[in-house]
Amino acid sequence: MLILHCPYCGVDAEETELHAGGEAHLKRFGPGSSDEEFEGYLFHRENPKGVHFERWRHVNGCGKWFHAARCTNTLEVFGTYSAQVFEPPQELQDKISAKRPGWEWRDLKGSDQ
Amino acid sequence: MKRYSAFAIAREAARYHTGWERAWASPKPKKKYDVIIVGAGGHGLATAYYLGKNFGITNVAVLEKGWLGGGNTGRNTTIIRSNYLQDASAAIYEKARSLYETMSQDLNYNVMFSPRGVIMLAQTEHEVRGYQRTAHANALQGVKTEFIGPERVKELVPIINIDGPRYPVLGGLWQERGGTARHDAVAWGYARACSQMGMDIIQKCEVTGVRSEGGKVVGVDTTQGAIDCDKLGMVVAGHSGVLAEMAGFRLPIESLSLQALVSEPIKPCMDVVVMANTVHGYMSQSDKGEMVIGGGTDGYNNYTQRGSYHHIEETVRALVETFPMISRLKMLRQWGGIVDMTGDRSPILSKAPVDGIFVNCGWGTGGFKAIPGSGWAMAELMAKGHSPLTEEFGLNRFSEGRFIDESVAAGVAH
Ligand SMILES: Cc1cc2nc3c(=O)[nH]c(=O)nc-3n(C[C@H](O)[C@H](O)[C@H](O)COP(=O)(O)OP(=O)(O)OC[C@H]3O[C@@H](n4cnc5c(N)ncnc54)[C@H](O)[C@@H]3O)c2cc1C
Ligand SMILES: [Zn+2]
Repeated sequence: MLILHCPYCGVDAEETELHAGGEAHLKRFGPGSSDEEFEGYLFHRENPKGVHFERWRHVNGCGKWFHAARCTNTLEVFGTYSAQVFEPPQELQDKISAKRPGWEWRDLKGSDQ
Repeated sequence: MKRYSAFAIAREAARYHTGWERAWASPKPKKKYDVIIVGAGGHGLATAYYLGKNFGITNVAVLEKGWLGGGNTGRNTTIIRSNYLQDASAAIYEKARSLYETMSQDLNYNVMFSPRGVIMLAQTEHEVRGYQRTAHANALQGVKTEFIGPERVKELVPIINIDGPRYPVLGGLWQERGGTARHDAVAWGYARACSQMGMDIIQKCEVTGVRSEGGKVVGVDTTQGAIDCDKLGMVVAGHSGVLAEMAGFRLPIESLSLQALVSEPIKPCMDVVVMANTVHGYMSQSDKGEMVIGGGTDGYNNYTQRGSYHHIEETVRALVETFPMISRLKMLRQWGGIVDMTGDRSPILSKAPVDGIFVNCGWGTGGFKAIPGSGWAMAELMAKGHSPLTEEFGLNRFSEGRFIDESVAAGVAH
C-alpha cells in the first residue's frame, strides 16, 4: 500500500485517504493555442517506467493538493512537495539523482546531466 | 507439423505420449525480416497470424521480452463480449467475437471458447437507462443483445441476490453468445500456427531500441542483437509508452495496474459470466471450479504487476452483497497486469509518426475479447496501409476530437 506524506497537514496518509491527480507540472493551453498544443495538454502524458512526478490530493484528510515524486517501477516514494511550485525542489531532484543516476523526465533533468 | 485430432490422442496414448512435437520452434533471430512484431501477447501473435493467413506475408518475427503470453494475455479474466455502444467498437469487437466461434477449428488448437452468455447487471436507474440504450444500439449494429428484467437474471443466475439492500438488481444487458476462452491457449494456438507458417517466435528477446533513418524505421536493437525490418508493429500493451519513447514519439496512454483473483475450486454453481459495473466486480466460474474475480484498477501510474490490496477488499465486499454464498470462500491467488489506458477508453490501431511503424495498444482493461479482430484489422493495416476496422481508431482522433467514448457506457470495460 502506497503511503505519502502530506506536506500541508503533515499526515502520513495511506492510499485510501488520497486521490491521484495525474502528471504534475503540466503547462495549460487554452483558447488561441494550436491543435497540437491542445492535444498534448489534454491527452499526452508522461508514462515513464521509473521516476515520475504527480499531483495528489489528500482528499479524505486536509483536502489539499500536493506533488509527489515516485518510481512507477518499484513504487518507491522519493518525496512529496508543495503544489505551489513549477518544478520539484532541487534537493529532491538531487536525492533522486543519487538513487537513479541519469534519470530524465520531460523537460526536467537530473542535476548530474 | 502434425495436426491435433482425436486420432492423434489415441495414437499417442498407445505409445506413451512419446510422439508429441514442440508446438512452436524457438530459433535464433535472422538478420532481417519484412515485418517485426514486438510483443508476443494475443494481439501481437494474432497480427502475425493474419499477416500470414490473409496476406501471405510470412517473413515475420515476433519478439517477446519474457515468455509467450506472459503479459496481460495470460493474466486476464477472459471475458468475451461485444456489447459496446459506439459503432466502431461494435464492429471490431463483434468481428473478434465471431472469430472466437471458430478459432479452435481454424487454429487446430482447442482454445476452449465457451459462449456461456454474459450479463452486465444494472444496479442503478442510471445503468438501466444506459444498458437499454446499448441494447438498442446493438440492435442497429447487428450485435445480438437484449435487456432483461430481474426475474430473468435470477433464472440465469440462481445464486444471485436480486434485492440487495444497497444495490438491488434492476435488470441486465444479456449477450447470449458472449462467454470465456482459455487465455493461454489463445496465445499458444496462434504461436503454433505462426511457427507452422515459417514465422520466428523469439522469446527472451527484449527490444531495447528502435532504429530509424530519414524518418523511416529500419530495425530494432534487442538483447539478442540488432535485427532489421521494413515494417515494425508495436503491440506491447502496458509498455507502449516505453516503446514509443524508444522510437521518439509519445502516445496518449497511461499504464496502470489491474488485478484479478481466484477462489478455491467449488462445485459448479454459476454457468454464465456476471459483471457488476457499479460495484466494480465481475465473476465467472472456471472449468476447474474456481470463481474467477476481477476488480478495479489502481488510480495511478504503475508498472508493478501487483495492484493495491484495498481493491481486493472493495471488490470482494461488493460481490458478497450480490452473491452471499461466496462469503465463505477462500481466495487462492491474486495477481496484476499492466493495462494501457487511453483517454476515451478505446484502443489505438494506427500508423505511428515514424514511417513503417504501426501501433496497436490502448486495449486497457478489456482487450482479451478483441484479440482475433484486432489481429485481423492490424494485419490489414500493416499490409495495405489502411483497414476499414481501424479507421476510427487512429492516433489522429485525439487531435481532431473524434473520440470513441466507451468510458461513459461502462464503468468497467473488461
Ligand atoms: C487482471 C486483468 C483482467 C482482465 N480481464 C479481461 C477480460 O475479462 N476480458 C477482456 O477482454 N480483457 C481483459 N483484460 C485485458 C486484456 O488482458 C488485455 O487487453 C490484452 O490481453 C492485451 O493483450 P496484448 O497482446 O495487447 O498485451 P500483452 O498480453 O500484455 O502482451 C504484450 C507483450 O509485450 C511484451 N513486451 C513489452 N515490452 C517489450 C519489449 N521491450 N520487447 C519485447 N517484448 C515486450 C510483454 O512482455 C508482453 O508479453 C484484463 C487484464 C487484466 C490485467
Ligand atoms: Zn493533508
